[in-house]
Amino acid sequence: MVPFLGGASGWQASLLAGAAKTFWMPEQRSTFASDVDALFYGVLWICVFFFLLIVAMAAFFIVKYRRTDARPRAEKSSHHNTTLEVVWSVVPLIIVLWIFVVGFRGFMDLRVAPQGAYEIGVTAEKWNWTFTYPNGYEDSNLHVPLGKPVKLIMSSRDVIHSFFVPDFRVKFDIVPGRYSTVWFEATQTGQSPIYCTEYCGTSHSNMLATAIVHEPGEFDSWLAAAANWMEGLSPTEAGEILYTKKGCVQCHSTDGSVGVGPSFRGSFGNTRAFADGSSTVMDENYIRESILNPTAKVVVGFDPVMPTFQGRFDDDELAATIAYIKSLK
Amino acid sequence: MTTADVALGAGPRDAHGSPDGENYLNCSKGLKSWLFTLDHKRIGVMYLVATLSAFLMGGIFALLVRFEHLTPGRTFMDADSYNQAFTLHGAIMVFLFIIPAIPAAFGNFIMPIMLGAKDVAFPRLNLASFYFWVAGAIFLVSSILISAPDTGWTFYTPYSSSTTTSVIPALFGVFILGFSSIFTGLNFIVTIHKLRPKEMGWFKMPLFLWGLYATAVIQVLATPVLAITLLLLTVERAFGVGIFDAALGGDPVLFQHFFWFYSHPAVYIMILPAMGIISELIATYSHKHIFSYHFIAYSSIAIALFGFLVWGHHLFTSGQSSLVSMVFSAITFSVAIPSAVKVFNWLFTLYKGSIELKTPMWYALIFIWVFSIGGLTGVFLGALSLDIHLHDTYFVVAHFHYTMFGGTVMALLGGLHHWWPKMFGRMYNEKLAQFATLLVFVGFNLTFFTQFIMGSLGMPRRYWAYPDEFAIYHVLSTAGSVIMAAGFFLTAGYLLRSLTNGKKAPMNPCGGATLEWEAASPPVHYNFDGDAPKVGDPYDFDRVIYDPDTDSYHHEPLPS
Ligand code: HEC
Ligand SMILES: [Cu+2]
Ligand SMILES: [Cu+2]
Repeated sequence: MVPFLGGASGWQASLLAGAAKTFWMPEQRSTFASDVDALFYGVLWICVFFFLLIVAMAAFFIVKYRRTDARPRAEKSSHHNTTLEVVWSVVPLIIVLWIFVVGFRGFMDLRVAPQGAYEIGVTAEKWNWTFTYPNGYEDSNLHVPLGKPVKLIMSSRDVIHSFFVPDFRVKFDIVPGRYSTVWFEATQTGQSPIYCTEYCGTSHSNMLATAIVHEPGEFDSWLAAAANWMEGLSPTEAGEILYTKKGCVQCHSTDGSVGVGPSFRGSFGNTRAFADGSSTVMDENYIRESILNPTAKVVVGFDPVMPTFQGRFDDDELAATIAYIKSLK
Repeated sequence: MTTADVALGAGPRDAHGSPDGENYLNCSKGLKSWLFTLDHKRIGVMYLVATLSAFLMGGIFALLVRFEHLTPGRTFMDADSYNQAFTLHGAIMVFLFIIPAIPAAFGNFIMPIMLGAKDVAFPRLNLASFYFWVAGAIFLVSSILISAPDTGWTFYTPYSSSTTTSVIPALFGVFILGFSSIFTGLNFIVTIHKLRPKEMGWFKMPLFLWGLYATAVIQVLATPVLAITLLLLTVERAFGVGIFDAALGGDPVLFQHFFWFYSHPAVYIMILPAMGIISELIATYSHKHIFSYHFIAYSSIAIALFGFLVWGHHLFTSGQSSLVSMVFSAITFSVAIPSAVKVFNWLFTLYKGSIELKTPMWYALIFIWVFSIGGLTGVFLGALSLDIHLHDTYFVVAHFHYTMFGGTVMALLGGLHHWWPKMFGRMYNEKLAQFATLLVFVGFNLTFFTQFIMGSLGMPRRYWAYPDEFAIYHVLSTAGSVIMAAGFFLTAGYLLRSLTNGKKAPMNPCGGATLEWEAASPPVHYNFDGDAPKVGDPYDFDRVIYDPDTDSYHHEPLPS
């Protein structure tokens, strides 16, 4: 990565390498990026101009009119000038009006998706993303075809989240109780980070995903293969994938460490004590119930925060998840 | 006896202007004489101590947040503690420090003296407002002991109605603080209307008073909306009544509208009195009439009024209708103009002045620097398509620290150094002060300018962990915060030391033309010994004559 660092890697290396490829604004990977950036740099240079003007004027006056003697000697000068006032009110006003118009037009482009855009469903919940493709397949990353408008229909299962892809210059809040949308057209194959940008609690900063742009033909074959992903996998292997994909990983560890929920490691066959005083042995039925109706039995020492997965697991998936938990001795 | 004393024709005074050495600090003794005081100056000093303590506490949380960011993953805090730390940093800084600091500390101390009055219109209400501040602070801070809130200072629903942390005590604290703010605002409005001396028409008021007046109007009109919003949120949390929570049939975005209907004008509660201070500092240390008094005065009122109409610019990504966003974007740009007008008028006050680069003037110049950057970066955020990208990134964090922290705190420090000799009768060490100013300036820009860069690159705010590529900016930013903290601690050090070791201050060490510089340093209990001197133009520096014997100034008496 950084030749002169030899073995150094990871973030320390990027610290010295100077992190990003660009100074301001990230790489341009959607059709919006060039317009948004044109405005950004336009405003930037206007601001640099005015800032330098202000600083230069202040510096000049300070040097020129600096008090050299203890006794102040201000020269006589008028303390009002209507022409000046009008000039420095009207000139900035015209400039900001121009910025306003360009910003508004860009905004309308961002907000109005073209007819026939490829639609993908997005579900946000603490603290993971689920992307649902037209054939019903769900993935924790966003896969899109190159050069085709894609429209995301987004909803939240709990609090407000916000969908942000810096490389595409799109962002929109996902407010519970309503759908919101975002659209974009990718211009390069490759990967871009997706962030949640509305604060949503403990793992807000881990609510990440990746946008992966495929060549158009490749995208269709990827989707077809992905939809049949369980084929050829053992239930345990499939369960391991579901564990990440369905977001269990956000709250349950597999190494024995306690997170928001209990660890899965070595849990199968153990006796669980519940907040209401009852207890049971962890078996297939208990896992099934925990997934579909998590608040029915709440393990002692934990908050009842696990969301229900009713309607989000089919029988094969349930069986696979149970097999996986069982395998974690 | 100096010429000043002769000129004033008052009875015998010492060199500092007070008869027989008595002043508001030593005229009565004991803790009770402070706790139950109705003297606006003592209340101002208590507010100063209280709000600066809040600044220290908020600053410690800021440093915790910055140090956590030294590495991309966990440095020393877990995610929950980090979330609590940034919430407390924001809530304490906004509600306990920046909103009350300038009006309640300097406004209280200086305003009645500038008016030549004995006190504010309602001294008891004034003391009540201080104790409401204390009560609010106790609730807000005590929430830390239970389990500190982790909602961010914005308390957005439905997160705030579902988190298990102690949101209700914190909300209740902010609710009470709102009353403190309303009391101060009411008091100031009445004081300015009723206690102005006959000769002081509206346009003969020092500009600091215009700033305070515009602020007071916002405090009285906007704060009740915050109070109602917080009350509704409490009702929702405590009784499950659906108001903002979609799960209960409420509307989460409604909360954001209510919240910003207060909190955007609150930004002007922070900046208007700060701008007032800057007008005083620039004119005084240029020893020259302020340029375009009327435009500066009107622009304060314009900012206060426009400030009520722009709250929707915080909701461009929330799903409010595009038409509404367009209107808010347009109005937001129009607020930029009165602010720009002020900056240019300050600059032209320097023109042909006699500029003395003392610490308060340095702070005024730093204010122009940081406030220009803060204001200009607001132009990026007002533009709709850019805001979509920049919203909720570090770009916004940097922008509001440049305006709120850079603007308000730099003005506050300028005012503190300007009025320190008047408030406590002692001079501080000028050399140390200028060195501390340099530290604050360098530290501030290093801390926050780096945040503009990483924000534009996409670094989201309120992130405990972050991608490796942002490490360099976070490390630089943290380094800046350490330099800045060193500057603040040095400032606290030499100011406190001056209280015992400083040279005694003359009546008018800086050449100010407003009335407080014709009062003793520190002022006597009723501000002036007998009737206040007649007031003239607050920026007529021809009347303010330098006296080499005492290295200070005196006012030529006005023709009667
Ligand atoms: C938001 C955090 C969260 C998510 C996401 C989550 N859980 Fe849970 N889960 C919990 C908590 C907390 C408990 C303990 C309280 C309870 O019993 O409801 C729990 C309990 C369980 C239990 C009972 C564990 C025991 O030791 O008794 C099982 C099984 C379980 N979850 C499975 C899952 C599966 C499978 C998924 C993914 C499809 C999942 N959970 C997703 C938080 C979560
Ligand atoms: Cu989030
Ligand atoms: Cu605002």
